[in-house]
Amino acid sequence: MSRGPISRRGFLGSTAALAGTALAGCSGGSASSDDTIQLGVLEDRSGNFALVGDPKHKASMLAIEEINNDGGIDGKQIEVFDPDPQSDNQRYQELTRRAINQENVDALWAGYSSATREAIRPIIDREDQLYFYTTQYEGGVCDHNVFAVGPTARQQLGSVLPYLVEEYGPKIYTIAADYNFGQLSADWVKVLANENGAEVIGEEFIPLSNSQFGSTINRIQEADPDFVMSMLVGANHTSFYEQKASAGLDVPIGTSTAMAQGYEHLRLDPPAMANIYAGVNYMEEIPTNRNTSEGGFVDRYYEMFPDAPYLNEEAENNYFSIYMYKKAVEQAGTTEMEAVKEALETGITYEAPEAPDGESIAIDGATHHVDHHMWVMRADENHNVEAVDDRVIPETFLSETVGCDLTQEDEETQYTPQDFYEEAG
Amino acid sequence: MVNGLNLLFQFLDSFAFIVLAAGGLAIIFGIMGVINLAHGEFIMVGAYATTLANIRLGLPLPAAMLVGVVVTALFGLLVERVVISGWLPNLVAQRTLGRNVIEPLYDRLADSMVATWGLSLIMVQGIRVTLGNSLDQIGTPLGKIAYSGFSYSTYRVLLAGVALAVLGFTYYVFTRTEYGMRARATIQDEDTARALGVDTERTYMTTFAFGSGLAGLTGALYAPTVTMVPGLGSSFLVEAFVAVVVGGPSVVLGTTLAGGLLGAINALFSNLVGTFFGRIALLVTAIVMIRFLPDGITGFVERLRERREEA
Repeated sequence: MSRGPISRRGFLGSTAALAGTALAGCSGGSASSDDTIQLGVLEDRSGNFALVGDPKHKASMLAIEEINNDGGIDGKQIEVFDPDPQSDNQRYQELTRRAINQENVDALWAGYSSATREAIRPIIDREDQLYFYTTQYEGGVCDHNVFAVGPTARQQLGSVLPYLVEEYGPKIYTIAADYNFGQLSADWVKVLANENGAEVIGEEFIPLSNSQFGSTINRIQEADPDFVMSMLVGANHTSFYEQKASAGLDVPIGTSTAMAQGYEHLRLDPPAMANIYAGVNYMEEIPTNRNTSEGGFVDRYYEMFPDAPYLNEEAENNYFSIYMYKKAVEQAGTTEMEAVKEALETGITYEAPEAPDGESIAIDGATHHVDHHMWVMRADENHNVEAVDDRVIPETFLSETVGCDLTQEDEETQYTPQDFYEEAG
Repeated sequence: MVNGLNLLFQFLDSFAFIVLAAGGLAIIFGIMGVINLAHGEFIMVGAYATTLANIRLGLPLPAAMLVGVVVTALFGLLVERVVISGWLPNLVAQRTLGRNVIEPLYDRLADSMVATWGLSLIMVQGIRVTLGNSLDQIGTPLGKIAYSGFSYSTYRVLLAGVALAVLGFTYYVFTRTEYGMRARATIQDEDTARALGVDTERTYMTTFAFGSGLAGLTGALYAPTVTMVPGLGSSFLVEAFVAVVVGGPSVVLGTTLAGGLLGAINALFSNLVGTFFGRIALLVTAIVMIRFLPDGITGFVERLRERREEA
């Protein structure tokens, strides 16, 4: 990762800009680059992340079709470059290079996992490519080319954890996937527990390949917490919910990963997900007018994809961020990336399906993150999901703790909760 | 404080998982010298067939499980005829090209690994293309056993009994039936067996189907507890291979002893320290075993016996 001095980055930037002008000059003759906008959408439709990646791809196509039917962006039709990266990080790197160098995409949406994002971020930064990362994630990416529009751990956990402390009590047991995302999220649980007068009385990290949870369930029962925070990830870990239900573990569980992405409440037999609370910015079930009314977001999605299994959290993020891009291009009056980034940094807003009537969500220009409208969604014994709490939660870690300000300084860093402790002294 | 009952249940759970995951693999490897890297996908076929029979056809769970076993056994038969023995492609090639195109994969360890690994990739993506990224899941039956603040899934404890029954059944088949005798004759000396009139070709075919059926049974039994996605087989693979390495060449005894030893190690470490250490302990055991008992537990026992006979 390049963390070189500004002058070098400035040099790279200006060279890229020069190259861009030169290219624009070359392709000036061809009509296509003038009256169309090329968007890259790399989302997994096969491989490990197919289950969660496929809705992202579908929702992007929905947004693009709606915009095209509506006359395009500033009168220009959108074209899509959307090969299937097959959940393979190496393929992601190849396709990212191709999207930038051969397809000349004006903006890129790519990747489900944090590992994928970190695999392609060096390429993004080398080429100064405008990039939208839409998955909910551990947080902390402060990068002038990246707009991380999904909610962060601080937002997701920050909505569900305080609610559970108030409802059930202060003793927390954390179970999390044993990699970057899980470890950092577990750190956030500690930070938030501290802020809310609660205490983490036990934590366990589970390898991604593990699908047997007998001992984990025993250990939770032994610790006897008021509630469990679960940041388990992937298909193997989903087995936990079925197994804890059949073992009779009935402690409430707060999560940032279950239900909103892999729709476990529809796939698993009840009551596996009973009493599970998800802190999310979006689920198909959130009760806003824009989402559930006739002709709303859910209706339009299933009209275009009648066989789609679910409309997940990341799908909405892809959807609204494409509209935010549209607004930014129209505000800038050009697709030139620096200008579009600057327009996005002015705090572009959009009346996204997640926000109730009269509200919209906004990009925070300084951090390139979104001040989301967050929901706490609870599943009951029959797997009916209802909203029990909702409010706007800005992403405060980057802005307040580490002081990331991309309008003032170009950075390409990922900060971790470690920095939180260091700031706090 | 660790509750003794906790440890016991956890042991039974791990024992069942290891024995059932390894059963089919051990048979196909022990008898045919084929390392089946698609073993996890055979388990997946059993789990999928069971779930589909239960959800789409509305069969009760035990009947659906039977469907899972039969479907996987038949699928194994097909794979043996097409990929492992090459009987079907050779039949076609003989009529068209006048020669065989596939050399059977028996006792060709590395070759069989590559072929079955390719097969596993095709199976995972094939299921994804035809049935989508996930299936709805059946709930685990039978409720829980509760005791002083703890509880354990009855079904999972019951699986330990099923695992023992499977071992008993396999033992019976290989020692008390005519097929078992022919199978053992084929392992010991294929040429002599054939000279004595054993249809070794057919023995291989049946054995592969039998091993596949066991994989199917594992899939059927675990279908209500694991997430139904095309890649589910991979979560069985580590335990299965470690068990075969630790157990050694004798199928029934090896699997039983490996299941017992590894189950105890896994239960102890994952209950005392955590799931992660349970898995590490399994792998460390495998390393130690390969270093000191390269032929596994039963290979070591066999060597002791030979030495005593010589003395």
